[in-house]
Amino acid sequence: MRTAPRVSDFLLQFVLPGGLLLGYGVWSAQADNFYFPPLTEIGSTFADTWLFERVPVDLLPSVSRLVAGYSLAVVVGVVAGIALGLSRRARLTSEPVVEFLRALPAPALIPFALLLFGTGTNSKVFIIALGTVWPILLNTIDGVRGLESQQLDMARSYRIPSRSVLLHIILPAASPRIFAGMRTSLSIGIILMVISEMVASANGLGYFILQSQRGFEIPEMWTGIVVIGLLGFVLNWLFLRVEARVLFWHRGAKGLLGDSAAAPAVESSADGHGPDDAEGRGPEAATAPDVPSTARSSRPVS
Amino acid sequence: MLGGRLRDWAPRLMGISAILVVLEVCSRTGVLPRESFPPVSEIYGSLLGLLVEPGLWIEVGRTMRGWAVGLLLAALLAVPLGMLLGASKRAFQMSRLVIEFLRPVPSVALIPLAVLVFGVGQDMKVFLVAFACFWPILFQSIYGVQDVDPVARDTARSYGLPPLARFARIILPSAAPYIATGLRISSAIALILALTAELVVGAPGLGRAIVVSQISGSITQMYALILATGLLGWLLNTVFLSVERRLLRWHPSHREVAL
Repeated sequence: MRTAPRVSDFLLQFVLPGGLLLGYGVWSAQADNFYFPPLTEIGSTFADTWLFERVPVDLLPSVSRLVAGYSLAVVVGVVAGIALGLSRRARLTSEPVVEFLRALPAPALIPFALLLFGTGTNSKVFIIALGTVWPILLNTIDGVRGLESQQLDMARSYRIPSRSVLLHIILPAASPRIFAGMRTSLSIGIILMVISEMVASANGLGYFILQSQRGFEIPEMWTGIVVIGLLGFVLNWLFLRVEARVLFWHRGAKGLLGDSAAAPAVESSADGHGPDDAEGRGPEAATAPDVPSTARSSRPVS
Repeated sequence: MLGGRLRDWAPRLMGISAILVVLEVCSRTGVLPRESFPPVSEIYGSLLGLLVEPGLWIEVGRTMRGWAVGLLLAALLAVPLGMLLGASKRAFQMSRLVIEFLRPVPSVALIPLAVLVFGVGQDMKVFLVAFACFWPILFQSIYGVQDVDPVARDTARSYGLPPLARFARIILPSAAPYIATGLRISSAIALILALTAELVVGAPGLGRAIVVSQISGSITQMYALILATGLLGWLLNTVFLSVERRLLRWHPSHREVAL
């Protein structure tokens, strides 16, 4: 009963992308525009360049820098966020510095990073980590502060060791917000990866597209843009998979933490509607909690 | 954001002055190499010197012009489109794949293309800013319209409110906070992109000034400019927050929580 409309819905999704690609292909084939090469040429250049000749040269260094910087930011952001979320005094003390560094656009620090670490990998990892740490930090603080004080009091009166309190009460309660921050940070990280490679670099995706442009190798430049787009798409998709798995208990609760009755109720109604509503469309379902979180995360830290 | 009681100010001031003192001492005693890390007092002195000269303000003006025009362009395109996509399920489904694919494409990947098509001037900066800001505003508009209370919408329809009135009285007010959030997020993104265009490509503005002072070896001035950039970003965020709060005072998400 439901399959028929779903098949047509499914096909409907491909009308516009297909149309756009076809339109560009037809237009570019006869337009003979130097900056917008024909689709077939981009395709063949893509096969020549990225299967798999330049993968170890440009793609792998980029991705490994992104992974290094991003992991660093996650560790620092979560650890510092929990500490600041639990202590009001520490939060107030660090507020002006955090607010300033967060407002400082990370690319402005590229010259500083070059001065500090030279032109190698370290300066790029530093820039990525510095740019991505703030959404994670602020969301972790908010997540920890959203914890009900009764839970902490109860844990204390039962003399649960602080390690277990951290692992079994604080971290799970804050994890939806932590993931919301990590998702914001992931896209920032990709942007900073590309930017940092455009300045004083010898390899990487950002270096590749800028060099191709400067050498007027237009099809190569386009393939680089496509690779970066695909990388962003794949990483985003992977992130949503991981998030759905880690936060399966929170699915559909849309950030309404602390309302323990709401989670199962929403869960079952989501099952009732089928995967269309709450979970199937990963992106919307997962960004929706982002809305209040981004709105809140920029309020004062205290 | 910086209101609050006097009691909260003591730790804030303490935190900031502790950091400044530590940095000052570290570079004066040579723990940090002096040529790369000039003392904080010198940086502030340099910034004060820059503030009274027109040069800094010209650069700030160039950066802010790219910021403003790009942000405005993005809002003019994204808000109507987002409302349309939020209102029509079919349109949303048709464009979903295109949006989902284009959104994670980092705008900075388009820098080379933008340079080719627009050159290295203001147009290129505006294009990059507008492209990057388009997505957050678009998504917030879609969510805002989709989040309209169905009871309010259906009530308005059954009372026979004409579409225009429904839009002005129901849809727009309930989508406004979402759009405001989108604009605020985008204002930070716009600054990042404007600076990137100046740093990487060399469009005139604060970013290029930072690079020029680094290359010419006036490190103190480089730090002063970075400091100015951070203050600019902080100022923009604060202004957006307070305007948002004032305009949307009536909305539940902005009401003071009474305890």
